[in-house]
Amino acid sequence: MGTRESGSRPRMAVWKFASCDGCQLTLLDCEDELLSLAAEVEIAYFLEASSAVGPGPYDLSLVEGSITTPEDAERIRHVRRVSKRLVTIGACATAGGIQALRDFADVKEFASVVYARPEYIATLDKSTPISANVPVDFELRGCPIDKRQLLEVITAFLACRRPVVPSHSVCVECKLRGNICVLVAHGTPCLGPVTQAGCGALCPAFNRGCYGCFGPADTTNSRALNTKLRVLGMSDPELVRVYRTFNATEEQFMRASEEDQGPEEDRA
Amino acid sequence: MSVGGSVGGNALMDTVVIESLEPLIAALQSAGYAVVGPTVKDAAVRMAEISSVEDLPAGVGDVQRPGNYRLAERGDEMLFDFAASPDSAKRFTQPPRQRLFRMRGQTIEEVREKAPRVALLGVRACDLAAIAVQDRVFLGRHPDPTYRRRREALFLIAVNCAVPGGTCFCVSMGTGPKATTGFDLALTELASPHRFTVESGSERGAQIVAAIPHRPADQGDLTAAEEVSRIAATRMGRHVDTEGIQQWLPAAHDSPRWTDVASRCLSCTNCTMVCPTCFCSTVEDITDLTGEVTERSERWDSCFSLDFTELSGQPPVRSSALARYRQWLTHKFATWYDQFGTSGCVGCGRCITWCPTGIDVTEELSAIRDGTGETSCIR
Ligand code: SF4
Ligand code: SF4
Ligand code: SF4
Ligand code: SF4
Repeated sequence: MGTRESGSRPRMAVWKFASCDGCQLTLLDCEDELLSLAAEVEIAYFLEASSAVGPGPYDLSLVEGSITTPEDAERIRHVRRVSKRLVTIGACATAGGIQALRDFADVKEFASVVYARPEYIATLDKSTPISANVPVDFELRGCPIDKRQLLEVITAFLACRRPVVPSHSVCVECKLRGNICVLVAHGTPCLGPVTQAGCGALCPAFNRGCYGCFGPADTTNSRALNTKLRVLGMSDPELVRVYRTFNATEEQFMRASEEDQGPEEDRA
Repeated sequence: MSVGGSVGGNALMDTVVIESLEPLIAALQSAGYAVVGPTVKDAAVRMAEISSVEDLPAGVGDVQRPGNYRLAERGDEMLFDFAASPDSAKRFTQPPRQRLFRMRGQTIEEVREKAPRVALLGVRACDLAAIAVQDRVFLGRHPDPTYRRRREALFLIAVNCAVPGGTCFCVSMGTGPKATTGFDLALTELASPHRFTVESGSERGAQIVAAIPHRPADQGDLTAAEEVSRIAATRMGRHVDTEGIQQWLPAAHDSPRWTDVASRCLSCTNCTMVCPTCFCSTVEDITDLTGEVTERSERWDSCFSLDFTELSGQPPVRSSALARYRQWLTHKFATWYDQFGTSGCVGCGRCITWCPTGIDVTEELSAIRDGTGETSCIR
């Protein structure tokens, strides 16, 4: 394949907000594909990889992280303005991330416990996904995102087609991969039936239950799953905890962690 | 029962007895087959390539209940005293993913997917019936040449069930527990002394038997083997009353039971993925980074997936779990007859065992048939 002229290649930027950098690292982790990628797109802004800053506008912006400060709420508007297409990468950017656990508590109280001088901390009450702040063209799920899916999304945007990123449950991938079902065969709690595919059913492949990194699947029945998880011995506080991780504020997981408080007989 | 396949049910030679499976495995290997049989992996019986008898699960049994599977150590010498493994032959006849074609620029390149020579050891009667069902689907009106190549590359060694599982109901579906047709070889495992009766069902099966040490079966062997299948038939974990099912099941379109089962169904697709006859797939088109190469592939899909009935720009046709479950059960047990002339279910029980919430098709059917919508569940 020939390298396109720098001027004719679409220009890509990678932005970071409140996050751990893990999803950006997934891009760097595309070692084998990075050269072919660089031949097709000009990576104009990617501080994690290079301090060279190509000026905007950009054809494709990948955005990692959630919005947690007033400055970031401003900065994401700038990013949107200079980007033709904006794709969020990872649970923070797509759902608010683990830091959205503050949404269920009082962030000022957290700050006063953690910091010696909490008055220096300027932070918002809630950690919001990018889509709550500006329009988003595509949301790539995962904590962290899956490398294969990231390349698929970039490739799809280059070809102006819909990315092949199915929204069905992890169970589909689990069976395609030929894993044993840890929930049925080992009695291991697993969120796979309510979680969106994307990781390739990585955890069940290593005999662990799914942790829900990719957020809710397109159709979920957490009440039915919770009934099973209780049979496997999970307590109500444990049930709340399993849904309140990287995608805690996604509506279906929020309901899942709230709807099932209390034993069967008490509901009806 | 099988159409299009090269295998038939006529006993091509008299039943013989072999003392050990080792020569059989070796003969299959020298005939160029990878031998795939039951092994213990991740606390389950999985079908995987074996190199010798040592790899088979001696003394291992299974306990299968709705939504629950556990191994049980018996500690005896029996190698096949368990029921259906989570892996059916579908993985070999219709792999989870396969490439269909590739385009380089405007040129279409054919992708010839592999059809490995595999000898499946330990196939159950229900699995053979399921392969016959798939044959009708893939070799019927619109024959699929890739399926045919894969199917012909499969050498099927049935082992008659001695210990049906708690979710088995092949007797209700008329498919087991004894293999009567559709195999190359059919074995019955006998104890004290440990030995196998062997029946050939095809020319190539008979050739393999001729090449290994064997002796004619005597009356004692034959009676013992019959006894194994007779007792197994009395030990079905489940039962379905199929009489008139083609009428009463579609007619139960508005049964309250559908709402009830939908409240327990996760739409997770596990039942359809483990079902040996479920054949639905979707196609996915991908391009490479340069946009030069495009590839179309096929992968297992399920009527439980929301986007399975998505039409361009429209909401899915079956957007509720109720509609999806009703579609699955009604197709499998009733409208399959209209389409392919048989039931879509062979009674293997996999969908019951591997449903995370333990939804039991036999229980759903009897509740629907009784018209009670009653449930043993307390919700
Ligand atoms: S292990 Fe989890 S993800 Fe895999 S099939 Fe079972 S429930 Fe689904
Ligand atoms: S419907 Fe269930 S019992 Fe029937 S063949 Fe499929 S998996 Fe087996
Ligand atoms: S359904 Fe019948 S043939 Fe199949 S595993 Fe059970 S007993 Fe064996
Ligand atoms: S019936 Fe069971 S296995 Fe099938 S989709 Fe529903 S919950 Fe999943």
